[in-house]
Formats: sequence, structure tokens, C-alpha cells
Amino acid sequence: MASPPVKVTGAWSRLMGWLSRQSWGQQWVGGLVLLGPAGLWLLLLLVIPTFLILEISLVPGLRLGEPSSGYGLGNYLQMLQPIYLKVIWRSLQFALGSTLVCLVLGFPVAYWLALMSPKKWRNLLLVAFILPLWTSSLLRAYAWTTILRSTGVLNTILGFLHLPSQQWLHSPVAVLIGLTYSFLPYMVLILYASLEKLDTRLLEAAADLGATPQQTFWKITVPQTLPGIAAGCLLVFITTLSDFVVPTLLGGASSMNIARLIYNQFLGPTRAWGFGSALSMVLILAVSLAIALLLKYGDRSSMAETSQ
Amino acid sequence: MKSTSRVTWQSVFTAVMYGFMYFPIIVLAVYSFNASRFSANWEGFSLKWYRSLFSDTRIFLALKDSLTIAFVAVGVSAVFGTMMAIGLARYRFRGKGLYRGMAYLPLIIPDIAIAVATLVFLASMAIPLSLWTIIAAHMVFCLAYIAVVVSSRLQSLDPNLEEAALDLGATPFQAMVRVLLPQLGPGILAGCLLAFVLSMDDLLISSFTAGGGANPLPIEIFSRVRTGVKPDINALSVVLILGSALLASLAEYLRYRNEKRRIEQK
Repeated sequence: MASPPVKVTGAWSRLMGWLSRQSWGQQWVGGLVLLGPAGLWLLLLLVIPTFLILEISLVPGLRLGEPSSGYGLGNYLQMLQPIYLKVIWRSLQFALGSTLVCLVLGFPVAYWLALMSPKKWRNLLLVAFILPLWTSSLLRAYAWTTILRSTGVLNTILGFLHLPSQQWLHSPVAVLIGLTYSFLPYMVLILYASLEKLDTRLLEAAADLGATPQQTFWKITVPQTLPGIAAGCLLVFITTLSDFVVPTLLGGASSMNIARLIYNQFLGPTRAWGFGSALSMVLILAVSLAIALLLKYGDRSSMAETSQ
Repeated sequence: MKSTSRVTWQSVFTAVMYGFMYFPIIVLAVYSFNASRFSANWEGFSLKWYRSLFSDTRIFLALKDSLTIAFVAVGVSAVFGTMMAIGLARYRFRGKGLYRGMAYLPLIIPDIAIAVATLVFLASMAIPLSLWTIIAAHMVFCLAYIAVVVSSRLQSLDPNLEEAALDLGATPFQAMVRVLLPQLGPGILAGCLLAFVLSMDDLLISSFTAGGGANPLPIEIFSRVRTGVKPDINALSVVLILGSALLASLAEYLRYRNEKRRIEQK
């Protein structure tokens, strides 16, 4: 082990020097220095706070500024009231609906990009489709308010075609459109990664053996890409379940979802922090469940490529 | 499905989908030049919304806040996130799985839950909310995203280079700084770009941790558009979207250039 080239003095430096010359000291100090700061920050500002909201969720009816009144499951029981159950159910509906639409719309796009697009432009075309993801989701949702409002672009076009105008803004339809729009690129990206790995010789073989395109699709393409489909669906489901911006800007009072409900508990007039924490815990639980399914059934390598 | 014709139903469908993806952006762009304030009808080309945008001090202050938050959070996270990624790749220790899980946690937990947890923590510690609490909160997900991107880059590096440096007499520290970090450069940059975009776009975590007059751009935009369409926001949207598109193209160009260089080196 070479000694440090810089001349050092002082007890601390001598200690560090001695430590670094030990084979175990080198390991220990290096690891601590590299992993310590980030780990400490995450522990302090994420892990501990999560346990904190777990604790608060168990204080029924806790409001900001009021003293704690002992533990209980009151907040969770409050969630079982019909009005709140409806909100949770609606969130699930939005998530399932937009996931399904994303899958149906995204699969042909991913298929064309991965298997049918000109190889020279393939990467560029993919990036072009993903590009909107880099823009602000807030602005994209705002754009849809411009389109879907009663004097908006959609009704202008419909009027042009002599079709009846729609009142889609502040309705569940608008939320569905907005969610699908926001997360379709994710679905396409993951499906693309999965379809890229499809062995086209299998498709050729099927055609040679007399299979129709539909048969080839359902009996070969889909089963081969099932892990990618699972990964895409679970990812879109997780993100749409907890989305806030789209349901707030595009939905009305009838489209309250779980994220909006939580937001209102903390930043709204009720200041029901106990109830809000309970809702957050339920959301974390639902997402963890989906992630567990994702890890089990999803295509890990497609997900890894997507993160780049 | 093979087809000799270029015009298949898949290509037409895909073209329609591309149109779907860019339609809202184009609408925003077109209407940012529309002289009319409320009507969806075109009433003449006008730059007045851009003029009013550039004289809007609140927007510029909000942009300043957002940029400050983003640069500080990403800057600090770049250092410690990269260190975390290197540490995770190098060392084996008991509880590593737990540590790694903690490092992935910000990517898993929904934004709203992170926002709630951070607010509750700050309130329980009686820490007053300010611009710095936003920065502190943003650092959490910036660390995680940078670490993930740098980790994946680490996996594709040649370990022999560092070993060679050690054999030639460098200290591990020197080997890391002089050999590993330059190789990681593009990965660190890519992670920073991603974290930067996420920080600039964040609404929920900022809303929950903002205080003391801190007013990041998303919060300013959100409070304005909640109550309806605002034409000057159209102009702002176009500017911001162009900026993001530029960043995205930069990131993609860097990645492409890197892939090429790696393939050429082999």
C-alpha cells in the first residue's frame, strides 16, 4: 500500500494515516465516507419520517396543533366511511382504466418501433416519443384544460365537424385522458425494451408453419413479452394511483382521488394530520404491494434499461 | 408481422399516437400567439403574452427560487449520490440489502407520501419551513435518482483500469478520483440532468415543505391555473417546454455519443 503523497501533520492526520494503512481500516473508513452522508440523509429525511407518519396515523382524529390523545385505529376506521371508500375506489378505477388504455394504445406503438421501424431512425423515433416526459407534467395537464374546456380546442373542432360539443373538463373522462397522456410514454418505453428482445425468428417460423398474423400475435408475441407487459402495467398503475396534478386540474368535485384527499388533509382547512397520515400509509401499502408483484412477475431487465 | 408495404396499420396507428403526444404542446404553442384572451378562436397573431411574461416579476422570482433549489439540491446530491453508488458497488457488508432498499425508497414511495412524511418530520422537529427545507426534501429524491443512474453506468465500466492504476502506485483515493470519476462523468451528468428536471417540475414536495415566502415555479403556475386558463401561462409553458426539450436532447446526445465511444473502444 503506497503511503499518502501529501505531507500531513497533526494527531487527526496521523490517526487517519494509521487507519488507512490497516487493511481493515481502509475498508471501514472508505465505506463509511462513501456511504455515510447519503445514507444518513435518507435515514433522517425519509425512513424516520415514514415511521413517524405511521405513528401519527395511529392517533385518531389528530389535528395539527392539538395535543395527542392516545393511540387507536380511529383514522383507519374513518376511511371505511362510504364517502372515503368512494374516493379510494375511484382512485383504483382511474388507475386501472388508464393502465388498460395505455396498454392498448401503447402496444402497437412499441411493436412498430421495436420491430417495424427503419433501424437507422429507431432510436431517434423512440426518443421523439419519450420527449414529452421531460416536460413538466403540470404544464401537460394544463394543456389539456385548454383543449377540453367548453370553449376549448376540442369543441372548436367538433363544431367544425358539426358534432355536438362535449363538457369533458372537470369530469372523469378528462382525468382518464390526462392520465393516459401523461404515462403512455412509460408504457411504450417498457414494452419497447421487452419487444426489442423478441426473437423474430419465432415469428417467421410461425408464419412458415401457416399461422395467421393474429395467431402469431396471441400465441407467440404476447406470451414472450408478458413480463414486459406486466412491468409496464404495474408501473403505470402505481404512478396513476397516486397522481395528484391530473385529477386536480382536469377533474372536478366528482373526481376526488386519494392524492387530492391527502393533500386536503394537510394543506386544506381541516388539518386532519392523523387521517391524512393514515391515508398515506394505505397508499404506501398499495404501492408496495404492486411493487412486490412487479418484482415477481415483471421483466427486470426492461425496467433496468428504462431507468437509463 | 412482416409486411412489404411501408404503410401498415401499425405505422398509421403509431403516427396517430405521435400526433396525440404532441397535440397538446402544439395547441399551447399556437394559443400562446393568439391575440384573443378567452376565445378559442384565432383572433390574430400577437406577442403580447410573451411581452407580459417577460415583465412578470413574480414569475421571474419563482423561476429564481426553482433554479436555486434545483442547482443546490442537484449539486450536493451529485457528490453524495455518486459516492453512494460507488460505495454500493464496492463494499459488501451486513445489512447491505437494507441500505440498498433505502436507496431505492424515494423511487418507490409516491410523491404525495414523501411530501407528507417530510412535512410531518419537519413539524415534529419544530423546524420552520423555508427555501432550505425544500432543498433538503429535494435532495432525498435527487440522491436516489443520481445513485441509480450512476450505478447502472458503474456496471458497464472496465474494472481493470482502476486496478492498473493501483498497480502503478496510486492510492485508492487517487485511483478513484483520477481514473474512476472521469469514466463515470457521463453517467453523473445524465443523473444530474434527470434530477434537475425532476426538481424543477416538482409540485407536491415543494408545496408541503415551502415556507418563508419561498415560491418555486410549479407552485406559482399551479395557483394560477387552478382557476382556469391563463394565456400568459401558455407563453410560459412554451418557453419551459422548449427548455426541457433542449435538456432532453442534450441528455440523449450525450448518451448517444457515449455509446458510440464505448463501441469504438472495444
